[in-house]
Formats: sequence, C-alpha cells, structure tokens
Amino acid sequence: MEKNNMIKVPLEKLRFADPNRRTGDQKFDTKPMSYAKDVFIRFCKNKSSVVAAIIIILLVLFSILVPIFCETNYSQSLTDTTYLKYKHLLPKNEAFVGTGFWDGCENDTINENRYYTLMALEKETGYKAITEIHDNYKENGKKYYDVRVDSYIANGMEYIDLSLEQFNDIQKWQNENNIQVIFPAVNEKTKDPKTGKELIAASKQGDADVWYATTEKGYPRVNSKGEYTACYADKNDQKYSGLLYTPEYYNYDSLRIEGDNGDYLYASVSATRVGNKVITSYKVRVLLDTYFQYRYGHEASFLFGTNQKGQDVLTRLAAGARFSLVLAVCISAINLFIGAMYGAVEGFYGGTIDIVMERISDILGGMPSMVVMSLFQLHLASKVGPVWSMVFAFVLTGWLGMAARTRMQFYRFKHQEYVLAAKTLGASDKRLIFKHIFPNAMGTLITGSVLSIPGVIFSESSLTYLGIVNLESSTQTSVGTLLSGGNGLLMSYPHIILFPALFISLLEISFNLFGNGLRDAFNPSLKGIED
Amino acid sequence: MLKYVAKRVLLMICVFLVIISMCFILVKLLPDKPPQAMPNSDAYNIIMMRREALGYNKPLIEQYGIFMTKTLLGIDFGKTAQGEQKQILFGYDLKNHVFKGGNWGLSEQMYPNHEVWDVFLQKLPPTMLVNIYTMLFAVPIGLALGIYAALKKNKWQDHLVSTGVMVFISVPGYVYCFLIQYILCYKMVEWTGWGFPLQMLSGTNYFTWKMFVSLIPAILSLGLGTIAGLARYTRAELCEVLTSEFMLLARTKGLTRGQATVRHALRNSMVPIFPMILGEFIGIIGGSLIVEQIFGIPGVGGLYLASITALDYNFYLLLNSFYTLVGLASGIVVDLSYGFVDPRIRMGER
Repeated sequence: MEKNNMIKVPLEKLRFADPNRRTGDQKFDTKPMSYAKDVFIRFCKNKSSVVAAIIIILLVLFSILVPIFCETNYSQSLTDTTYLKYKHLLPKNEAFVGTGFWDGCENDTINENRYYTLMALEKETGYKAITEIHDNYKENGKKYYDVRVDSYIANGMEYIDLSLEQFNDIQKWQNENNIQVIFPAVNEKTKDPKTGKELIAASKQGDADVWYATTEKGYPRVNSKGEYTACYADKNDQKYSGLLYTPEYYNYDSLRIEGDNGDYLYASVSATRVGNKVITSYKVRVLLDTYFQYRYGHEASFLFGTNQKGQDVLTRLAAGARFSLVLAVCISAINLFIGAMYGAVEGFYGGTIDIVMERISDILGGMPSMVVMSLFQLHLASKVGPVWSMVFAFVLTGWLGMAARTRMQFYRFKHQEYVLAAKTLGASDKRLIFKHIFPNAMGTLITGSVLSIPGVIFSESSLTYLGIVNLESSTQTSVGTLLSGGNGLLMSYPHIILFPALFISLLEISFNLFGNGLRDAFNPSLKGIED
Repeated sequence: MLKYVAKRVLLMICVFLVIISMCFILVKLLPDKPPQAMPNSDAYNIIMMRREALGYNKPLIEQYGIFMTKTLLGIDFGKTAQGEQKQILFGYDLKNHVFKGGNWGLSEQMYPNHEVWDVFLQKLPPTMLVNIYTMLFAVPIGLALGIYAALKKNKWQDHLVSTGVMVFISVPGYVYCFLIQYILCYKMVEWTGWGFPLQMLSGTNYFTWKMFVSLIPAILSLGLGTIAGLARYTRAELCEVLTSEFMLLARTKGLTRGQATVRHALRNSMVPIFPMILGEFIGIIGGSLIVEQIFGIPGVGGLYLASITALDYNFYLLLNSFYTLVGLASGIVVDLSYGFVDPRIRMGER
C-alpha cells in the first residue's frame, strides 16, 4: 500500500558510521530554529498561501494608497455636486482608446432619434459620440442602429449657470488650451429664413443637446444633403427665448464653433440690480466632457467608471474596502481579546464557573446574528451611528467562537505535567495562565482570529447590501453599500457591481487560502509530512 | 437516550424563552411608531383604541405576561368583541377545532389590519419551495463531487474539484446571484433569444412548469454554496475513512475496491455527513435573505427586511422568534442525529 519513501543515496557518498566517534557531547553545527521561524518556513512552502498573502498585501495597499493619492478626485468634496452630472460613465483607460476594449464605449442598439441627437453632437463639437456603426435595420416601421457609443461624449451638453468671474475664467481657459467648453446658446424662437415661420424646437426646451430645428415628432429636421438647421441665438436677432441679451454685460472673446462669423451668442445673460450693484448670471451650454477638463484639470477618464451618483467607482471602492478591512481587523482583534479572557477563565477554573459561563454563551450563541444586528441598529443607530452599533453587534456574539477555542486549549493544557510542575513550585494562577498555557495556545488562537476576518467582511457586506445596516446617512461607505447602489443597474451598467464584486471575491478567496496555510503552518503535527 | 433528548429539548426551550424575552423587552422599549393615519381622524382613533385594548399602554411587565400567555403559548380564554367565550389552548381553537397559532397581533404598517400570523403563513411556501428544490439538486451533486474527489485523491481530478470548491466556498453568495442573473437572465437573451425571467413569477401557482423555470436562477445561486460545502466535507471524511485499517481488512478479505468503498467506506463516512444534511434541511425554512431579495421571491426573508425598515414590530417579533427557533432546532437535530446514525456515539456522555 504505502510507497517506499527511502531516500536514494549514491553509492560513492555512502560511508559507514564510526562506532568510536561519540556524537552525543558535540555541539550542533546548525543553528537552533525558533518556533516562529519554523512556522514561517513551513508557511512559505505552501505556494498558494504565499500567493494569497501577496494578493492580500496588494489589496490592502490598494485600499490605503488610492484614497490618499486620489483625495483630490472630484467626488470627495461634499459641497461640489458637479459629479452628479457624470453618472454611469463606463470604465475607460487612456491607453486602450481605440482598441474596442476598456475604452469607455459600449455596443448598443439605439433608436433613430437618439442616433440623430448623437450625430448632431458630433457635428457641433467635432467629438465622435458614435465611434462605429455596425448595422441599421427597420422593425415595426421604426429604424434602429447597432452602434458603439462613447459614453463620455454621449453624456452630452448641459445648461449651467455661471457668475461673471466663472464665465470669464472659462473663456480664459478655452483660449489657453484651445479646447472648447462653451457652445452657442439656442434660440427657441428662431425663424425659418425662407418662410419666416417659427421653427419647432420647443418640445426640446431644457434639453441642452438640441441645437437644431426638429420635426413635430422630435426628430431633427434634415435637408436633402443631411444638414441640420441650426437654431443658434444670433446677435442680430433681438428676441431670443425670453431671456435677456444685454450687450453691456455680455462679452465673449474666445473660441467659436465652425461656421460662426462672430454673430452667435454664447450665453444668455440675466442681470438683476441689487442696490447699486448689478448681479449678472450667465446661462451657458457646456459640453460635459470638456467642462470636466476645465474644472478638474485632467481629462475625464475613470478606470472603473462612475456609479449611479457619478462618483468614481475606483476611489469609492478603495474607501469602502478600507472601511471593511479596518472594521474586520478591529472586530477580530476585539473578539480575540474578549474571547481569550472569557475562555481562559472558563477553561482554567472549570466546574461551576464553567457551567454558568457556558450557559451564558449558549444563550448568546442561540440568537441569530440577523436578530442581534437589527436590534442594535434599531436601538443604537440613532445614538451612536450605524457603524458603532454594527461594531457592538458583531462583538456581542463574535467572541463566542474564540472563547470556545480558548476553553478547549485550556482544557488540553491545564493538566499537563509542566503546568503541574509550575503549580508545585508555587506559581500563581495568573502566572500559570499567562506564562505557561497562553503561549502554547497562541498559534491556534491567532489562526482562528485570521480565519474569522473573511467571515466578518462577508457578513458586514451582506448587512450593508441588504440595508439592515444603513450607511447612507454616514460619511462612510462599504463594499456592500456600493453593491446595493448598483442593484437595479446590473443589466445596463454591470461595471458598478462588477468591480466591488470582483474585489470582495478576490479578498475572500485570498483570506481563506492564507488562513488555511497559516493553520497548517502553526500545526506542529503536520511538520515534515509533505517533505 | 430518551433522557438525553428530553434534557436537550428542555434546555433549548429555556434558551429560546430567554432570547425571546430579551427581544420582546428590547422591542417594547422602542418608541411605538405613530400610525400612518392622520391624527384625530377616525382611522387614527381606531388604531389608538386597538392599541389600548391590546395593552400597549400597560406597564411593561403586564405586557410581558400577555405576550407569554396569549402570543407564545397561544392560551386565550378571554371574550371576543361579540362577548363570546374564547377557548384557545396552545394555538388550538377548542370550539371550532382549527389550529390558529398564537395571537401575534395585527400588522400596522405593512399590511394594515391583517393578522401577522396569516401573512407569515402566506409567505412561507415560496421560501420553502426554493430551498427544497435547492436541496434536492445540491445534495446529490455535492455528495457525488466529494466522493469522486476522494476516490481520485491527489490526481488532477481531485485538484480541479478542490480548487473549484475552495473558490465557491470563499466567494460570497451574492456574487453568484449577480453573475447568474446577468448571464442566465440577461446575456442569454442576447445570445439565444431566450432567457430566464429576472424575477420569480408572481401568483400562487407554485407547482407549474413556468414557475419552476423562473425559480431556476435562484435555485442555482443558492445551490452552488451548498454543493461546495458538502463536497469539501464529504471529501475530507471519505479520505479519512479510506485510509483507516478496516478498509485494508476489507480488501484483504477479498472485496474489490468498489465493494469496499460502497459497503464500508461510504457508510462510515455518512456518519458526520448525514447530520449536516439534516441540519441544512431544517435551515431551509429560514431561507436566504439575499437570494430572496435579488430574485424577487415573496418569502419570509423579504418580510423580515421590510419589517425592519417599516418598523412593524409585530412582524419583527414573530420573525425573530421564527429565526431563533429554526436556528436552535437545527442545532439540536444535528446533535441528536449523531446518536441515531451511529449508536457508538453517545452525545453528552462524560
């Protein structure tokens, strides 16, 4: 059955032992090995655990470093709500632009109306919202296009209100960088130059993307050459959309779009007189993509895309991961501490103390964690916040496992001869517990503690995902909150869920592998088995 | 044995009562949520009068007494609104001979004026249905994979199964839910033109083919974890048994490897596995909150979550007791079944 495991020694190296030589009194040539070193060496032999440990280190570094270096990133500020305009952008890496992968584009089937809107955007700005057209077909009398859409450009235009300083600042930036942010204002009362009738664009009031005349159905009016009819506000056309064109407050001296001979207006100005001061406000159409560049000094490009609130998934994920990791490590440490104390008392003294204390942990262990968690949330969340009440709830039942482990170890060691010897020599209980028994139990306890970390992360993310622990009101975020945010968007924007889910899966797998390796390394009975 | 069983059950009841008492007092300490109706309207006054009648304004200790007798034990010999004598003992109506369960009160927020107990009973079938299907499909596959891996120990088949098991145990359940929902319900429509429905069908026709199809994504998501857990456990147990001495004896006696494995190894490895399966069967009543939420299963889990957000305390108390009972019962069944499966094991022996 068993294989013959004899080591093969070459014949020339084989030498008989010298019966006269006494080896007993000689010193070892090799250095003695400490327990920790032995554990480390045996841990390193387990390749998958070492890889898992490296992955854990990388993930931890990710969650520490990304929030530090991306702190200036735009969704951090609570007062600046500009990011709300950039929701659902797809993951994009500058290096991959044009490769058809990770470039912020997605294949989509769009209807005719959307197609013309995006084409109009391209015509006006020169940026391609539709990067490729695969196919077009008719179904039930409606035309559809299979296209590849760049989500960053397709985000389109937006009306924003600016003060005079901001308006001038954008102009200055435009001149310096030669990138156009502000596009001409639209006059919704433009008249057809031939017939003199008002063109229809009224149905699209407020939609900043529409700068052209439309048919009654809302489609763009295209002439036989495929040209749009522009409805820009013109300096010479005094009535425009009810908004004031006040020449004394309007000065635009910056980039102009193609085909503009200097007559188009780039803002609708409203001026109100407060006392002696005139406060002006400029309502402008900006292209969101270039506006982002103006505002944050770099191109809009999110490695993991943005979520339903327009926050960068990368930095949110790092912040959430940091929260989850810190929480899990703290809770494991607290549980280790309480559990070790409780279990030590139980195990060392035994008898009635043990029975009473075991019944207490029986009762606590019988409570489903969901019940404990929700009760704590209901009672404490309004007083100490959801995070602290979650910590209390985790600690309340979490130490039970550690206590049982410690108790078991104490039962194992307390009747051993060396403890008896120490007792005979008059060692106090304190000394017996801390000096003699604990060091022997430590390996098991530490592994148990490490192995409990993925469990805590898992329950925390489930609880925040289900909304039992509601972190919305606090400034913290966790991986579970990120997942629940993307809940209804799985079909249309899978990246919002994909990255947090990938992260937590990787973390759980690595922690389990790492814990298993640690357990084997700390287990002296496995020593030498695999050699 | 009987003595031991009785002792365990009694102990379980004690633990259950302590936990429920704690829950009850903690819930009663929370401020009552004001009724949804306008203050001083008729509906508002009715709710307030009903609360008065149900003893909401009595001292806590008196409320606790009412809760213990009427709700938990289901003993009620009071008078109905019509002045008739009620005769309900342990939830059983002695007059009309029907089982009604304890009086858990009326829902105030989520299902106004519905008996909490009745709503709970309505929600139970979908939860149980999903979980029974899951067990029926997951247990055989999990066992088979575990046995296969143990028989091929340290070969590539074993490594493949073990790696898969490791991954499926570690990855949180909701991640498969997302994956399965995305692939089977969404991408499949793009690829083949047909896909599974995103959510469970509505309605109460639980045993139709369409309903079953709509449940498949949920069953798969629930089953993967169970399969992985069971496979790992079975592999570990069977590996241990296969290396034991009596297997050697069986082979020397002249049994083939197959005979020895089926007759001796498998039976013995079932000793710890069978209680585990039994425990999971009890656990299925509790269901999974996340799977129910993602796949829109109108089960107990959703009710529990909703009762927490809506602060419907009567539901909350009932479901807390339910989950506690399920947890305690599955623990006890696992412990006791060890003794029944293998008479050599005497639980609780000194």
